[in-house]
Amino acid sequence: MADTMKIRAQLQGDVADVKVLMFHPMETGLRKDPISGEIIPLHFIQRVIAALNGKTVMDAQWSRAVSKNPFVNFRIRGARAGDKVSVSWEDNMGAQASIETMLS
Amino acid sequence: METKILVRLSRRTFLRSLAIGGGYLCVFSAGWLRPVKLFAAEWNQAAFEAKVLADTLKGIGALSVSDSDQIQLKAPEIAENGAIVPVEITSKIPGTQAIYIIADKNPQPLVAIFELEPNLEPYISTRIKMGESSKVRVLIRAGGKFYMATQEVKVTIGGCGG
Repeated sequence: MADTMKIRAQLQGDVADVKVLMFHPMETGLRKDPISGEIIPLHFIQRVIAALNGKTVMDAQWSRAVSKNPFVNFRIRGARAGDKVSVSWEDNMGAQASIETMLS
Repeated sequence: METKILVRLSRRTFLRSLAIGGGYLCVFSAGWLRPVKLFAAEWNQAAFEAKVLADTLKGIGALSVSDSDQIQLKAPEIAENGAIVPVEITSKIPGTQAIYIIADKNPQPLVAIFELEPNLEPYISTRIKMGESSKVRVLIRAGGKFYMATQEVKVTIGGCGG
């Protein structure tokens, strides 16, 4: 899934600082194709879930107004080396992707 | 000749086994192997599709909201590109459960909802789109109450159409 998401997690004490980049067009449904002139259909990530060792820590709902190739930074308390941080998303067309990293 | 027939037969069996295997794969992926249950919770359609702020607030259940200086909202005063407006939120309100980002003058003001478990720091940094200059509003839900901080962001080039 390296081409749909990137994750970087850094442990600072017992806090994991997690940065995630998702490669997604986040189309608003308001844009026209510059060549065909047709409206590009609404296509955006609706749900994002982050988990620590499989247990949800963040559950997000998004609109089309999150920027293209969404970026999110969040921090998990009580994290330790060896813990697994995962992030998953689902868009309005049912596509899903997820990525996982181990804290070190 | 004989070997040729053998090859042909085995290829046919191979293809057939692939088809059967594929069938099983489909059944599995349509059922419990797909991580659908992860996203079982509802997407708040009423709030996201609201076109005016009052309806957005109603949609998220924020019937009364009080201003708070315990919310730090970092956003640029002038955003050259409305397609990428960095927004950083830190809440010092005890028991922060959720962070809402709203851009008042977007066609649909509600941008995002982040529900946070207690072991997540009340902090989120992300990038949003803004159609035009407008107030950016952050709501914090804590103990069933809503708190708010706002900041005016001037957008030079809008980021919704184009």
